[in-house]
Amino acid sequence: MLQIKNLHVKLEEEDKQILKGVDLVVEPGKVHAIMGPNGSGKSTLSYVLSGRGGYEVTEGSATLDGADLLEMEPEARAAAGLFLAFQYPVEIPGVGNMTFLRTAVNAQRKARGQEEMSAGEFLKVIREKAKTLKIDAEMLKRPVNVGFSGGEKKRNEILQMAMLEPTMCILDETDSGLDVDAMKLVAEGVNALRSPDRGFLVITHYQRLLDHIKPDVVHIMSDGRIIKTGGPELALEVENNGYADILAEAV
Amino acid sequence: MAQPQATQKQEALAARLAVLRLPTSGGWLSLARGLAETRLKGMGLPGRRDEYWRWTNPAVLIAPEPGPAQPYDARDEVPAFDAIDRVKLVFTDGVFHAAASDDPALAGVEVSRLAEASARDVHWAHELYGVLEAAGQKPVERPLAALNSAYATEGVLIRVTAKAEKPVHLIYNHESEVSDAILHHCVKVEEGAELTLLESGPAAARCNMVLEVLVADGASFHHVRTQGRDHDRQAVTHLFARLGEGCRFKSFTLTANGVMTRNEAVVELLGDDAVAHLAGAAMGDGDFHQDDTVFVTHDAERCESRQVFKKVLRNGAVGVFQGKILVKPGAQKTDGYQISQSLLLDEDSQFLAKPELEIYADDVSCSHGSTSGAIDDTALFYLRSRGVPERAAQSLLVLAFLAEALEEIEDEAIAEDIRSRLEGWLNRRMG
Ligand SMILES: Nc1ncnc2c1ncn2[C@@H]1O[C@H](COP(=O)(O)OP(=O)(O)OP(=O)(O)O)[C@@H](O)[C@H]1O
Ligand SMILES: [Mg+2]
Repeated sequence: MLQIKNLHVKLEEEDKQILKGVDLVVEPGKVHAIMGPNGSGKSTLSYVLSGRGGYEVTEGSATLDGADLLEMEPEARAAAGLFLAFQYPVEIPGVGNMTFLRTAVNAQRKARGQEEMSAGEFLKVIREKAKTLKIDAEMLKRPVNVGFSGGEKKRNEILQMAMLEPTMCILDETDSGLDVDAMKLVAEGVNALRSPDRGFLVITHYQRLLDHIKPDVVHIMSDGRIIKTGGPELALEVENNGYADILAEAV
Repeated sequence: MAQPQATQKQEALAARLAVLRLPTSGGWLSLARGLAETRLKGMGLPGRRDEYWRWTNPAVLIAPEPGPAQPYDARDEVPAFDAIDRVKLVFTDGVFHAAASDDPALAGVEVSRLAEASARDVHWAHELYGVLEAAGQKPVERPLAALNSAYATEGVLIRVTAKAEKPVHLIYNHESEVSDAILHHCVKVEEGAELTLLESGPAAARCNMVLEVLVADGASFHHVRTQGRDHDRQAVTHLFARLGEGCRFKSFTLTANGVMTRNEAVVELLGDDAVAHLAGAAMGDGDFHQDDTVFVTHDAERCESRQVFKKVLRNGAVGVFQGKILVKPGAQKTDGYQISQSLLLDEDSQFLAKPELEIYADDVSCSHGSTSGAIDDTALFYLRSRGVPERAAQSLLVLAFLAEALEEIEDEAIAEDIRSRLEGWLNRRMG
């Protein structure tokens, strides 16, 4: 269970407050969606949870299954089950996709005291999962995200998620840049991972993703706070009317 | 008052020669040595004020005695290229070690010791020994190479007449804390023949090494060396290569540790359609100064040259790159590429680069670039967010940075050996 309480975050370098008291609980088995205007702090929340530098938590807490996330190194958060599908996946020239993923899978296993996956087993599993996401073998050999199209990068994020089997998945605008068919593939990939002990936090601007990945709860974020929480109908309201009414109501 | 530069250079030479003796070999070799000594005396030894030594202080390389250097205790480390089926020739502190060497009987390959050269009739070497070195003295002087041609007592002369079925591996052990080795090798790869030459080890507390390579038409020469991990060792090496038509030449050097290393490479592409690739990976931590000085001359049509030099520096380590591509008149359709890059792991380290192009033909494509940068934080975070521990993530990124240089090693097993050596270095240094 992901539990965020009164989280305040500012930039380390500047005196700029970005998150101004976020409260959020994501229970295992549930899908929560976060929507909200550009610049409201959605990506910042996902980065702070996964441990990216450059931010300072000035107040509040965030725990995963009771463990204090904010005290942990990024790799320890990952080993504890947290996964972020990046809004902008990073290109890493010179590091093969396959090498990268095998290193990651085995590092997490090691951190959890599990046995490492053999090269053969890894190859079998990744081929299978790549196939369902329509990622071809040639792409697996290429350097991480280098020369990938926008949609391919997003599918690669989902492949990583499928390989790492995290318990808390944060998807930051995974739908942006995807064509209709790719969106379906990605949604299927996510749905295949849905299970009673796995939670999802899906950041998106559009209802179309939520047509495929049905959320249990929808939150609206604005100016560093969750200003409204509701059921799936809230996303439809945003889709139809935009944020104006919701923002006005919150003031 | 400061002395005139020429006087200083001559005084440095006199001091150096006072502790050296011109080997008495007789025959053609004596003649070659005499010529080299004359060249040397005309130049004197390099000094700090030489433009070519602007960023590398030659003091420890020209001093009469080497700085003491303890042999590195490699403990349980696997020796370089151990898994490769090859012919080993071993030198300890610059002296041939017959008992530790293999019988160099290899079809298509003739190997002679320099020490026995004048007794044996190795006439092909007459046209090579000191000859490429002499040609390489223009337009830039390389006195330490001339000193080597004059005073080297050991080395090997290798003539290749067919495709060598195994690599030849020169192993340079270092046992004495004060050894000062001068080694000179000549390699002639005859028309259509092929050789892979491996070199490994520090050779001595201080080592001056020259390798002259003649690659005839349609021949291939593949060279991979690692310079040993002894912290205080000092080395100056010169690689002179002359390439014929349609031949392939590749040379890769790994330098990890060593207080002072100057690696010069002088390559002339004299036959049409020849290919020359030079690459280097240098890993420096702390008291480390490593200099790659490269001069590639295109003097034929449709030749390709690549220079790929990468340096990883931390704790005040210094890396230098001076690289030149000279395209002579008439060398049309030249394809020249040069990249030198450093990855600075902290702000104390330093990379100095002087990339140069000099082009006298109009239909050529040449590019060069030089960069200095730190580890990409975004990439580092991305890797860590997937569970890769920080140190391992850094190592992955360092290896990724070096990848373009490592790609110049053609043989996969040899490349893997180099890669595992790099990983070992990273684990020890950054782990
Ligand atoms: N490193 C930074 N330096 C300066 N400003 C930053 C930095 N990181 C975030 N911000 C600012 O913080 C605010 C929140 O940014 P964030 O990326 O979290 O928004 P978002 O809700 O994800 O927006 P979008 O929907 O456009 O992706 C923005 O105003 C952004 O400009
Ligand atoms: Mg965002």
